[in-house]
Amino acid sequence: MGATFIEKLLRRNTGIADAKCGDIVTANVDRVMIHDIFIPFVKEKFEEMGFTEIWDPDKVVLIYDHLVPASQLDDPRHHRIGNEFAAKYGLTHVHRSDGICHQLMTEAGYVKPGNVVFGTDSHTTTYGCVGAFSSGIGYTEMASILGTGTLWVKIPETIKVVIDGELPEHVTSKDVILRLIGDLTAAGASYCALEFSGSTVENMTVASRMTMANMAIEAGAKCALFTPDEKTAEYCAVELTEDMKTLSGDPDANYLKTIHYQAEELVPALACPSQVDKIRPVSELEGLEIDQVFLGSCTNGRLEDLRTAAAIVKGKTVAPFVKFIVTPASRKIYLEALEDGTLDTLAAAGAIITHPGCGLCCGRTGGILTDGERVVATNNRNFLGRMGTSKVEIYLASPATAAACAVTGKITLP
Amino acid sequence: MGKIFKFHTDVDTDQIIASQYLLYPTVEEMKSHAFESLDDSFASRVQPGDYVVAAENFGCGSSREQAPAVLKALGVKAVVAKSFARIFFRNAINIGLPVIVCKELYDHVNDGEEMDLSLIDGTAEVNGVTYACTKLNPYMQDILNQGGLLASLNREEA
Repeated sequence: MGATFIEKLLRRNTGIADAKCGDIVTANVDRVMIHDIFIPFVKEKFEEMGFTEIWDPDKVVLIYDHLVPASQLDDPRHHRIGNEFAAKYGLTHVHRSDGICHQLMTEAGYVKPGNVVFGTDSHTTTYGCVGAFSSGIGYTEMASILGTGTLWVKIPETIKVVIDGELPEHVTSKDVILRLIGDLTAAGASYCALEFSGSTVENMTVASRMTMANMAIEAGAKCALFTPDEKTAEYCAVELTEDMKTLSGDPDANYLKTIHYQAEELVPALACPSQVDKIRPVSELEGLEIDQVFLGSCTNGRLEDLRTAAAIVKGKTVAPFVKFIVTPASRKIYLEALEDGTLDTLAAAGAIITHPGCGLCCGRTGGILTDGERVVATNNRNFLGRMGTSKVEIYLASPATAAACAVTGKITLP
Repeated sequence: MGKIFKFHTDVDTDQIIASQYLLYPTVEEMKSHAFESLDDSFASRVQPGDYVVAAENFGCGSSREQAPAVLKALGVKAVVAKSFARIFFRNAINIGLPVIVCKELYDHVNDGEEMDLSLIDGTAEVNGVTYACTKLNPYMQDILNQGGLLASLNREEA
């Protein structure tokens, strides 16, 4: 019998030639990411465990993004502890204001195809976009990896998702992943790997795949996996080796199930309050008045997302009373969007452009909403209380839909 | 015996402990905000030895370990659910909070009822009825028995 992507990847990593789904193996960790909210907790546990040195400081990346720039009195404490931790244990990969962790991990070259990566954030599944196995963990386990360089994992079962054909205009990878989450439900891929393939996926940019991998956790998945190709290699600045190309699921592998979509049948979608799996077509909710639009996050804050939105709002004006907040996912993206005029177009239409970071998405820095307000947002979670009070309605959408809504002040098809 | 606090399906980690409290320096300072958006009297009513009972996918959402940590700090003896989200499940075991899968219990018990749970037998008893729970895999049971990952690592070194 053939092997799934995750079985092949973990066989390579562990050297256990017959490892299969359901087995518990000890993985050798290639890279870890810790963001500013959890750094103090990781440090405390690491020292409580009695470790005195980090297994490989080169493999550790600290990213300040949730609390940048500081907005509450206690925030700077996290950065100070991070700086002290880095100095004490010789960590050199510290990003203090470069952007959102999940964007930086691939953009700055920390994750390569076939790697095993863990992060103290559930959206660590993102790096599956380049064919890495990556998953979120808590701070106690992170402390343990810092000391040992390993983590036990149960090799997950795999759900194969095949998407073929050409996506209609204004239907993006965000609409694809929202539809999938709606069909699977919030627990539908629990403990599973989601393995993506098909011509639609092959034709996608790495950025679009990143959006899908990012949201795999919203169906409960342990990881998302995309087979490395030429685009992946270029993005990661590596040569596409024969070995990397073998990272794909065999047709006769042991799949839990296979789901197939025809791209032409997909439509712009929304995740309605307050569950990510409460998916409805945008067309069914058109006309609903909104108070704010958020374009950004590790899900949809990349250059192609900003360009898509700019093309829609170009020459138009954001509706009165609607705050249209745009957050590029990293400084690199910010500069690129500045250079090619995308930010000009968005600002001219009335957008509020903010610094790269996580603030708005997790309801921590700016853009907070209050009871009875409604927001269309391109991020990945619409949980109760996520972007303000528990009586805020959050609708998750693609950048195209979000931009169309910003112009009309209502839920609108792009 | 402990009292049951019953919650619905897909309880997410933002509902267990919201983002705005994660910056409090200690779990002790966070714990009075547990489940605040769902039931703002939970933290004051729950007593050491009580139980959280939920339906499917308990603890979905973020990786915040503070979610199981506030429940443990409030003295919750165990969470018994039809199923758990995987990061919450791992985190709970790692900090020594028992998380028990029981498919049947949820549909037959009410909020406020008294429950007896035997971790050794893997059974829960409510109103004289005994419900069988799913046992942990031996690897996780071993971590839990030792009081969590911290204790487990310290023991390996000793």
